[in-house]
Amino acid sequence: MAKKVLGNATVDVDAEGFLTDFSQWTRAVAAAIAAEEGIAELGPVHWKVIEFMQKEFKENGQVPSVRRLNKSGVVTTKELYEMFPGGPAKKAAKIAGLKKPEGCV
Amino acid sequence: MEDKIRKVSIIISKGSLDGVYPGLIMANGARMEGIEANLFFTFFGLDAIITKRMGKIKIATVGNPGMHMPSLLGILPGFSAMATSMMNKTMDKIDIPPVPEFIEMIADAGCKLYACKATVDMFKLKKEDFCPQVDSIINVGRFYEIAAGGHIIFT
Repeated sequence: MAKKVLGNATVDVDAEGFLTDFSQWTRAVAAAIAAEEGIAELGPVHWKVIEFMQKEFKENGQVPSVRRLNKSGVVTTKELYEMFPGGPAKKAAKIAGLKKPEGCV
Repeated sequence: MEDKIRKVSIIISKGSLDGVYPGLIMANGARMEGIEANLFFTFFGLDAIITKRMGKIKIATVGNPGMHMPSLLGILPGFSAMATSMMNKTMDKIDIPPVPEFIEMIADAGCKLYACKATVDMFKLKKEDFCPQVDSIINVGRFYEIAAGGHIIFT
């Protein structure tokens, strides 16, 4: 486990940069991870996705799939790919301070 | 990290459930990793993108040793339908969508879908027979042009 400075916070991350302690997550940390992932600014829909993912994870212990996000009505699959270019589920989970998604779909 | 895969073109040539899903999962998985993906449907694999058939893809219960039961049972009427329905329920639970929804999801993810011209001619199909997510009907030469610079996976 490594320490990483994100904005003005120091957080614990795994080898791929996923937060290992969710209690260290803040909106500022999220914005800093997003910037590293090439997302300059988190808009209202980004935040809705992040909040939905955190809620789902809290309830089920699992990072929701792209399909689940699409079905939730929070965001369509197309929008999700546009908002988190280069890996929607993985990037969104990382920014939300959750672990890397485990499912295949 | 120059050995990272950047582009894959996946060929789906079989029309059974177990023939169709691996290619779909790989194409979707590629897009989820930010990898450019193309899907090329040929022979019975075309069933997965034919509007009237895509919702009726079944698991082969005859001549499939993986079923772990005598093929004689597999010929019973309704057996394939029952096995398919059981498998669909299980897959839905682990968030693997039915074929029509999966095709839509993959297209929304930015994967391009193509139908094989030779098969389309052979089965006398038309563009209208295919679901709207299909980009075009292409020949093998065009497929190689589209696949250029990436990996090709045949399933």
